[in-house]
Amino acid sequence: MNAVGKIKPNARPFYQKYSADQLKDALRKMYLIRRFEEGAEEAYMRGLIHGTMHLSIGQEGSAVGATMALRNTDYITSTHRGHGHCIGKGAEPKLMFAEFFGKEEGYCRGRGGSMHIADVSTGNLGANGIVGGGLPIAVGAALAIKKQKRDDVAMCFFGDGASNEGAFHEALNMAAVWKLPVVFVCENNKYGMSVSTERSMAVANVADRASAYGMPGVITDGNSIADVEEAIAEAIARARRGEGPTLVECKTYRTRGHSRSDRNRYRTKEEIEEWKARDPIPHFEAELMAHGLATEAEVIAIRKSAEAEIAAGIEFARLGTDPNPNEVTRDVYSNEAA
Amino acid sequence: MRELTYAQAIQEALAQAMDADPTVFLMGEDIGVYGGAFQVTGDLVHRYGEDRVMDAPISELGQAGVAVGAALAGCRPVLEFQFSDFATLAMEQIVNQAAKLRFMLGGKVNVPLVMRFPAGSGTGAAAQHSQSLEAWLAHVPGLKVIQPSTPADVKGMLLAAIDDPDPVMVFEHKLLYKMKGEVPEEPYRIAIGKAHVAREGRDVTVVATSIMVHKSLEAATILDAEGIDVEVIDLRTLRPIDTATIIDSVKKTSRLACVYEGVKTLGIGAEISARIAESEAFDYLDAPILRLGGAESPIPYNPELEKAAVPQVPGIVEGLRNLVRGRM
Repeated sequence: MNAVGKIKPNARPFYQKYSADQLKDALRKMYLIRRFEEGAEEAYMRGLIHGTMHLSIGQEGSAVGATMALRNTDYITSTHRGHGHCIGKGAEPKLMFAEFFGKEEGYCRGRGGSMHIADVSTGNLGANGIVGGGLPIAVGAALAIKKQKRDDVAMCFFGDGASNEGAFHEALNMAAVWKLPVVFVCENNKYGMSVSTERSMAVANVADRASAYGMPGVITDGNSIADVEEAIAEAIARARRGEGPTLVECKTYRTRGHSRSDRNRYRTKEEIEEWKARDPIPHFEAELMAHGLATEAEVIAIRKSAEAEIAAGIEFARLGTDPNPNEVTRDVYSNEAA
Repeated sequence: MRELTYAQAIQEALAQAMDADPTVFLMGEDIGVYGGAFQVTGDLVHRYGEDRVMDAPISELGQAGVAVGAALAGCRPVLEFQFSDFATLAMEQIVNQAAKLRFMLGGKVNVPLVMRFPAGSGTGAAAQHSQSLEAWLAHVPGLKVIQPSTPADVKGMLLAAIDDPDPVMVFEHKLLYKMKGEVPEEPYRIAIGKAHVAREGRDVTVVATSIMVHKSLEAATILDAEGIDVEVIDLRTLRPIDTATIIDSVKKTSRLACVYEGVKTLGIGAEISARIAESEAFDYLDAPILRLGGAESPIPYNPELEKAAVPQVPGIVEGLRNLVRGRM
């Protein structure tokens, strides 16, 4: 069933249902996300790009695990920490870099930047600069799906911080009462900027909140792509069957700071190191090799190919076209005369 | 021609839009069997079903976001706010999302939604159910903001709004809902962004919005008996503003008054005054510009205070008379 050999019959379902090529592609996406963000960080340090960015380094397991079972026609809404979701849903890193560099070739013609990357051609309705902003939008996309009698789903990424916004309550309630095909994916990385979940929530898990809306709440190890994917696959299947939304919480961690201004005053080095030891990428590599789904040489080749794609993407972006300053108001309206 | 009330004209536009386009649906609070707080949707739920005339939970922010998401995914939602004041609960989705998504995403999406806002004072509903917040939304690039003043206009402009590829905010003065007027039966569109000269005159230009158009026309009739000939422009659209029509009028009359119910300071009158001050019409002015707007206060409950908080006909008559007679 794969290039390397038969996998163990006791392997968890995730390793049974995907082909070795599909699983290696998932690893490649995790690498693309990691290297994309490292490349973006470096370009920022070198002064090649401006503004700010929110890195999801350490969260690649949930980004790729959640998007693996999605179709092109399914929607996602994403967050300010959304590069992983975007690549997971099929965006091209070079066009994302072009956006970071503010170029016309970018996904948003340089008008959106890191916090607004979208790719409607792959069903990505956009990252969002507002915490919780994507929650009701995903519900609306799911309402459209239901009205159009499609069996697609809308996947809504958000963080632990967004679950304290009023929009979370309104969105989950509406999705539940209308039984809409939404998969709410909470990436709980323990901190809303600097404030820990212990200091901002009186319940232990975001998933505990699901019962208030009459929907299932599932907790997964966000640093295990397999754990995330299996829970999400069930939520997606439930949504496609017309049984309504599910809240899946992925316990994870961002090893970088909140944004460029973060001095890491709210957490310990020990905590960061502890989570770095649980890095989702080596974890997945080890499992792939243990199951005989990839060789070490293949893993190294995947890593190198991701690195090459990122380097080419940065070069593509650097050479892109700057927008014309006379076109500031372009695309404010569909009819430019307005 | 047959007459409809303003509310009936809206209902007819909604029905004709749903007849013509299966992607159009209505959402709001108590718009189903209740018929809407102002009976605008009436019995539409019986004719179009609960899937197209959707009662939503009391979640204004959520509903606004649902409208945005549905619009991105191929629907044309028409969202009714029970009172325009509740826009404050939904500003995040209106201002950060609906208005900006097309721009932020490099023109690769449209957000074809309509939000309807019953607005204004005069119903004794006090400070949290009587505001005129249209200038707030008109400040935001990406939104279109309209304030139709007649049954015929509201039908034609609402149909144009539902057709529009961008988000359109419709402010409906609650006291207009029962106003009757001739309304053509067939569907028709009235362009967004075009003002209407409701009364031609030589001596002074009044730019008025919504219910103030009717109060200004009443004032014009009174002043006509005194030999003062008032031109009344119904602005109809706050964004984009039809500056050209106002400039042409002021060049003819040499005097400008702005009459609106929203709070005077930083309201629509400030913008119109500035546009005239910046234009070639400035040289034609024979008198300072007059603004008659809402009081610098919340809308009070007491009926006499409530009336005193927004421009009324006697005040408009006096203001225009002084403007024309040079007694500013």
